[in-house]
Amino acid sequence: MSVDLNTLKTPGPTITALTRPFWDAAAKGRLTIQHCEDCGKAIFYPRPICPHCWSKRLVWKDASGGGRLKSFSEVHKPGHPSWLPAAPYVVGLVELAEGPTILSFILPGTRPLQVGDMLLLAPTAIGGRVLPAFKPVEPRAEEKPQ
Amino acid sequence: MSRAKGAIVGIGELKPQRLTQGVTTLEMIAEVSRLAVFDAGLEPAAIDGLLVGPQVGETPQHVPATIAEYLGLAPTMANVVDLGGASGAGMVWRAAAAIEAGMCEAVLCVLANNREEVAPRSPNRNPIREFDVPFGASGANISYALLMQAHMAEYGSTARDFALIAAAARANAQLNPDAIFFGKPADVEAVLASPMIASPLHLLEIVMPVAGGEAVVVISAERARSLRRPPVHLLGAGEKVTHRAVSQAPHLTSGPLKSAMARAFQQSGTRADEMDLLSLYDCYTIMVATTIEDAGLCAPGAFGAWLNDHDLSHKGDKPLNTHGGQLGFGQPDLAGGMTHVVEAVRQLRGEAGERQIGNAGLALITGNGATMSEATALVLGAA
Repeated sequence: MSVDLNTLKTPGPTITALTRPFWDAAAKGRLTIQHCEDCGKAIFYPRPICPHCWSKRLVWKDASGGGRLKSFSEVHKPGHPSWLPAAPYVVGLVELAEGPTILSFILPGTRPLQVGDMLLLAPTAIGGRVLPAFKPVEPRAEEKPQ
Repeated sequence: MSRAKGAIVGIGELKPQRLTQGVTTLEMIAEVSRLAVFDAGLEPAAIDGLLVGPQVGETPQHVPATIAEYLGLAPTMANVVDLGGASGAGMVWRAAAAIEAGMCEAVLCVLANNREEVAPRSPNRNPIREFDVPFGASGANISYALLMQAHMAEYGSTARDFALIAAAARANAQLNPDAIFFGKPADVEAVLASPMIASPLHLLEIVMPVAGGEAVVVISAERARSLRRPPVHLLGAGEKVTHRAVSQAPHLTSGPLKSAMARAFQQSGTRADEMDLLSLYDCYTIMVATTIEDAGLCAPGAFGAWLNDHDLSHKGDKPLNTHGGQLGFGQPDLAGGMTHVVEAVRQLRGEAGERQIGNAGLALITGNGATMSEATALVLGAA
C-alpha cells in the first residue's frame, strides 16, 4: 500500500441526523460511541434505542481509542473498484475496550499482524475524509529482544 | 366457536409526518417496535419471531437480519411479508401460523417508512453501507475471510484444512454433469495455488456465481401418499437469525446454525451422526468447516482432522454435498441454497443415478445467509 489513501475516490458514510455525532467526532480525530444509561452498556453502531434493553436514554461518550484485533483480512481483490489502487490493504474487526466491535481500516505496523494484537485509534484521511482507523500498538523499546 | 388462532397483545404507532428529514426507515422501525413490545409488557428478548416488509432501496436484501441486528433480536422465525396493503393483515395470520407450527412464540410484526423530499441518489442506507463500506469492506468475501482468519487463530486450523473442503466439492461435482465444474476437478494443491482474494481466502474457496433456478413443492404428508412420486418427509427444522454485519456477529467461530441444527435434530429425534447425507450450505469453505463443528460431528476446531478421517463421496461413510455443493455446482444466487434441498430429495428418492448413496434414509440440509447470520436447518427422511 503506497498510495495516498486520501486521494482515493472511495464511498463515504451515509450520515443521518442520528449518526452525525459519530462522524463529526471522527472528522476531528475522535471516536465517540453511545452508552446506555439504563443497562450501562456501550453500543455500536448508533441507534435510536439500546439494542440490549431498548432504552432511549443513550448518551455519546468518547471511547478510549484502545482495542483488540478479533480478526483481519488482507484484501487483494476489493469489493469496490475505488479501493483497487490501495490493494492489498488490511481491514479488521476491532473489539473496543468499551465492549462493542467496529470494522475498521488497519494501518500497517512494524510486525506482521496477529489476531489478539492490541490496537490504538489512528485517525486517517481516506477518500477525502478522516475516518477512525486503527494501528497496532508497537512493543516498547525495553520489550524488544536484545 | 373455533379455537383462537393467536392473539394480538401489544400495539405501537408513530405520528404521521408529511416528510421526514435525515431519518432512516430502520430508525423508525426501532421506535415503533419499542412502543408495541413495551405496550405488551414484554422484554425485547421475549420476541423470537420477526415479520417485516420489504425495504425497497434502503436495505435491498437480508431485510429481517438487518432489522433483527438493529433491534438486538435473535429470532427463530424471520420473514419478509411482501403483500402491499395486505402486508399488515398478512403478517398477523402468518405470525399465528408460525406460532401454531412451533417456529416461535412471540412475533413482532412491523412496518414503517420514511419519506424524504428528495430520494437519495444511491438508496442503500443500511448500517453496513454506512459503517463498513467507507473502511474498504464491501462484499461477502471479506466477511468470510474475517471468519476464516478467526477460526485459524482460535484453533490453529490451516489453509490446507480448508482447501480439503473445496477439493472434495470439486471431486463430487465430477459425478454431476450439470455442475459448472464438471470435468474440472481441483485438488488441494490447486486450491492453495489459486489467487488470494482476501487473506486467508483463496479464489477456489469461493463459489462461482451462475444463473440457474431450483424449486420444490410441499404438501401435507397425507396428500403426498396419493401422488405418484415417492414422498420425502420433513422430519424436523430449526432456524436462527443473529446479526447482519460480521462486526456484529455474537461469535466468529460458531454460528446460528448451531442452535438451528440442534432444534432440527431434537424435532426429528435424530442425531448428526445418523445422517446418510450431509447437504451443507457451502458459499465458502469456512462455512462448511463451521457447520461440521456446530453440528457436533466433531469438537470445535477439529474439522480438519474430521475431513481427513472420512470419505465424503457418495460411496463414503460421510457423503457431503454429493451434487458438488455450490463450490462445485455453482451458485445461482438465492437458488444456490435450494440446490442442497433438491439434491437431498434426489438422494432420498433413490434417484441420484451414478452418485446414489446406498440406502439413503436421512439427510441434513443447511441454509446460510449474509455473514453466517441467517440459518435454517432441515432433517429430511425417505418415506
